[in-house]
Amino acid sequence: MNLSRFVFSAVLLLSLGAHGVLGAEETTGSGVETAIMAVSETSEPASIQNLAQLVTKAAEAAGTAQDSANWVWILLAAFLVMFMQPGFAMLEAGLTRSKNAGNIMMKNLMDFSIGSIAYFVIGFGIMFGADKLGLFGSDGFLLSAANTAGKEGMWQYAFWMFQVVFAATAATIVSGAMAERTKFVGYLVYSVCITMFVYPVVGHWIWGGGWLSTLETPMVDFAGSTVVHSVGGWLALCGALVLGPRLGKYGPNGESKAILGHNMPLAALGVFILWFAWFGFNAGSTTEASQSIGLISVTTNLAAAAGAIGAMITVWIKEKKPDPSMSLNGVLAGLVAITAGCANVSPGAAIAIGFIAGILVVFSVEFIDQVLHVDDPVGAISVHGVCGAWGTLAVGLFASKEFGGIAGLFNGGGLALLKSQLLGVVTVFVWCMVLGTLLFLAIKYTIGLRVSKEDELRGLDITEHGVESYGGFQIFTTD
Amino acid sequence: MKLIIAYIQPQRLTQIKEALAKAGICKMSVTNALGCGQQMGYEENYRGVKLSVNLLKKVRLEIAVTEEYLKKTVDIILEAANTGSIGDGKIFVLELAECYRIRTREKGKVAIG
Ligand SMILES: Nc1ncnc2c1ncn2[C@@H]1O[C@H](COP(=O)(O)OP(=O)(O)OP(=O)(O)O)[C@@H](O)[C@H]1O
Ligand SMILES: [Mg+2]
Repeated sequence: MNLSRFVFSAVLLLSLGAHGVLGAEETTGSGVETAIMAVSETSEPASIQNLAQLVTKAAEAAGTAQDSANWVWILLAAFLVMFMQPGFAMLEAGLTRSKNAGNIMMKNLMDFSIGSIAYFVIGFGIMFGADKLGLFGSDGFLLSAANTAGKEGMWQYAFWMFQVVFAATAATIVSGAMAERTKFVGYLVYSVCITMFVYPVVGHWIWGGGWLSTLETPMVDFAGSTVVHSVGGWLALCGALVLGPRLGKYGPNGESKAILGHNMPLAALGVFILWFAWFGFNAGSTTEASQSIGLISVTTNLAAAAGAIGAMITVWIKEKKPDPSMSLNGVLAGLVAITAGCANVSPGAAIAIGFIAGILVVFSVEFIDQVLHVDDPVGAISVHGVCGAWGTLAVGLFASKEFGGIAGLFNGGGLALLKSQLLGVVTVFVWCMVLGTLLFLAIKYTIGLRVSKEDELRGLDITEHGVESYGGFQIFTTD
Repeated sequence: MKLIIAYIQPQRLTQIKEALAKAGICKMSVTNALGCGQQMGYEENYRGVKLSVNLLKKVRLEIAVTEEYLKKTVDIILEAANTGSIGDGKIFVLELAECYRIRTREKGKVAIG
């Protein structure tokens, strides 16, 4: 046996093994065959067998390394997405009055806690269980598919952890739009319903093998502009509509009054946290340690940056000053919009998608407030509903074969993808508006959705929870 | 005895304090105040909605003085608080009926110090 050939083969195998850590699937299989063929052409039978064993071992090692990397990546991403909870909590607290800050913490704490249990018991099964009619899943409740016996069962734990933080994100988006006037117990009931049913059904349609994922040209919503954000945003719209505006928000002639948030640095901290956590949200949605996480992080970051710039310029021109809270909304608008297409568009397209979202969010916030007279203290409907819809449609325009394997209208793909995207946006809107309205009306006429006038004026911290959020501080409130 | 109450621009407080200290006047009370004069505030903008702020942040300065210090104190405040622009503030002078020092139970002129 030729020694140098042996050494060469060993080196080849090692490098295949190392390469296998990332993107093992395509490379190892064919690479191993080539290696065996290359060696078998010239070597004696005995050493061929040895080498073949060596090759198999290397392939196994590569597979194990890939598995480990997948586990680490999906869980790291899940933990990042969990960090969106304090992000939303800080944003909402910052943009509302000090007398309700504790209530806002409680809503954000409990929708995650209750949502986790509800998603464990029912939600996950409806989203990812065996498909029924393309509409919902029907098994896997209580994490029944998970076990410690083997790889598949073990993966279910990691996968559930990643999915539950998404469900809780959809739930918590609604909190901001309903801030400062919602009865706490009513909010708890809502939390159960969204994580148990409303969100998982949409999740099943698009991610769980349901009808939107089996269209001739399947809808593309990579990390959930529609699944997570539009669902949250449209439910926020239902909630704010059924609740009505905060006391003093609109004058007798319908003119909009400003109700100042009490802590801009806290709101900004929330948005920075969300931006940071969003890398887990988008890049983690590969659910495996693939090489595409670099591209996804780049598109995510660029869209957020462009969203901030777009919103700042728009509000600067419209209102003569670069308003901080609108610029913060711009960041989130860009992030929400790129979430659907983060793996399917070029960095340049990501900038366009984010920038347009930034412009859109300013017009949308002002339209919803001043024309529709729907009181949404943090802009959740505009950021998540409107920009989620825009981002989902934008995939149909900007998707490029080079990145995600499918082309949108601007890259020669015709209208097929755009149509699927539009179908998804519209059906999810209808689903959420119908269920959301029914849900909030049901709560309103049973346990009650809104606190009394007196309670609203005193603040929900004292009336709903019996505490003050800023004991020892002199708080000066006149509204 | 007189009580001087002055509403001043918050950013002038340091200068006024220093000028008073130079003249040996160092007893005073300072509180935050909200107020408006004849211009009725100004307009701000929050999330695209106009917001008229008619109560501005001011500082309220209280100094109790004996007759001999009255003119000096008022003059120093008039000088140090003045920038020549609107909102510079106002000084009110009130008759002061009595004054007690709690520790020693002294009253009147001695108590003011
Ligand atoms: N008549 C008043 N009674 C009580 N407080 C007053 C009165 N006038 C002024 N103040 C207090 O003094 C602060 C400063 O007043 P300001 O200097 O703006 O008075 P003005 O009459 O508007 O004069 P200018 O035209 O110079 O602004 C006010 O914000 C308010 O707190
Ligand atoms: Mg004035």
